[in-house]
Amino acid sequence: MNSHLRKDIENLKIRLFRLAAAVEENTRRSLKALRTLSTALADEVVKADIDIDRAEIETEEECLKILALHQPVASDLRFVITVLKINNELEHMGDTAKNIAKRIAFIKAEPPCKIPFNLEQMSSRTLFMLKSSLDAFSMQDSKLAIGVCRDDEIVDSENRECYSNVRRQIAESPESAPSLINYLLVSKSLERMADLCTNIAEDVIYMRHSIIARHNLDKAASQIESEESNDRV
Amino acid sequence: MTTLVQERKNKHIQNVQNSPVMTSADYVITARDFSVYYGEYKAVKDVNIALNRGKVTSIIGPSGCGKSTFLRCINRMNDLVPGCRTTGKLMMEGIDLYHKRLDVVELRRKVGMVFQRPNPFPKSIYDNVAYGVRLKGRPPQTQLDGIVETSLRRSGLWDEVKDRLKSSALGLSGGQQQRLCIARALAINPEVLLMDEPCSALDPKSTARIEDLIAELSGEYTIAIVTHNMQQAARVSDYTAFFYEGVLVEFGETSKIFTNPKNEKTNDYITGRFG
Repeated sequence: MNSHLRKDIENLKIRLFRLAAAVEENTRRSLKALRTLSTALADEVVKADIDIDRAEIETEEECLKILALHQPVASDLRFVITVLKINNELEHMGDTAKNIAKRIAFIKAEPPCKIPFNLEQMSSRTLFMLKSSLDAFSMQDSKLAIGVCRDDEIVDSENRECYSNVRRQIAESPESAPSLINYLLVSKSLERMADLCTNIAEDVIYMRHSIIARHNLDKAASQIESEESNDRV
Repeated sequence: MTTLVQERKNKHIQNVQNSPVMTSADYVITARDFSVYYGEYKAVKDVNIALNRGKVTSIIGPSGCGKSTFLRCINRMNDLVPGCRTTGKLMMEGIDLYHKRLDVVELRRKVGMVFQRPNPFPKSIYDNVAYGVRLKGRPPQTQLDGIVETSLRRSGLWDEVKDRLKSSALGLSGGQQQRLCIARALAINPEVLLMDEPCSALDPKSTARIEDLIAELSGEYTIAIVTHNMQQAARVSDYTAFFYEGVLVEFGETSKIFTNPKNEKTNDYITGRFG
């Protein structure tokens, strides 16, 4: 029984990895376009999001097909539900990359200003979170997933710092306000992206341990710890 | 090896104890280190389990895992198998079901059984339902009529057969015959209802009727159902027990077994990786 289900689950996995790769690549290009203020690259990012949206719908349809035809249970059920959720997070992430790309033309049109946050640091942290959350999914690694959730706090604080810097810089040089507001939106997008990575990591924890880690990571982490120490015994 | 067996046993006891807060009065059937042998072959190995009063427990596992053997022990059906013997305890309401002075006929009144294939007697619909009641004594006709009607109503068959009670039961469809067998079991007012793959010979519509019936009867009767249909186990039961090679591998609430089984073997079986 169920060689069909195995095959469909393998195909679903491949489909999700393809989508994840596309989103990761588009996010990288979006941040590169921001660093170099390349509107041509930004346009490519916006166009590529159409393919991401289509892939998201196809993956969702595949999940629904598996649920309807195979009625999976236990680890298979958790896998399909997790893919359904991660698929959604990835699509949002694609939109966020697109939103960052859309800011570039506005930033370029305004007089240059000092970027109110450490763009390099915040983008590489967010990209690292994205890569780690997807690795956690492919390797079913809950420790890596917990690490991603913890990193989210750092990105949150970077975004808060950006807000303070924007307020201060606008007070010092009001003519920079339009650019600064656009950078603040970029910072907010990166913070949103980190939130989505955290959601993926929480989905991985659910898939692996059937524990809902949302809103209570510490409790989930200690449950996982005790579960794993029981397994070792 | 012995330590492993002991650990496993302790885990089972823990499973039973960890089931929702229940006192011993909430358990109708209790097995303690219960084993069944066919000659030298140990078909059921040191099982510890408690079936909750008024709840439906599904027993699942691959063919030959001992699930039907265990089920049949609850009303001593295995007594008919030559060379079959048991060790350990199997209790019903504190009574040892394998006590040498136990009245087996009385036990089978308290523990009804429904089999894989419907097995109506070659008699009328009415006589099939009244059969067990008549064995117990000769109630007044009006009382017997009442029992037959109530039992047929409870099994969801009354409306379909009320105008042909004197017709042969063999003229009913497979699904109707199975519900008639359930009515026959209910007529003697059992406490426990055992079902050994009751839907495996039925079409989807009749299966759905039986499943609805199980849901209606739960609460009032303690039901144990052996099934190969995983979705059926998930749909109809409150608790699920997974047997593998004679061992009770995992027992727990169905909602948990089917979303997050603790044992890898259970997960592999219910997701169809083996069996």
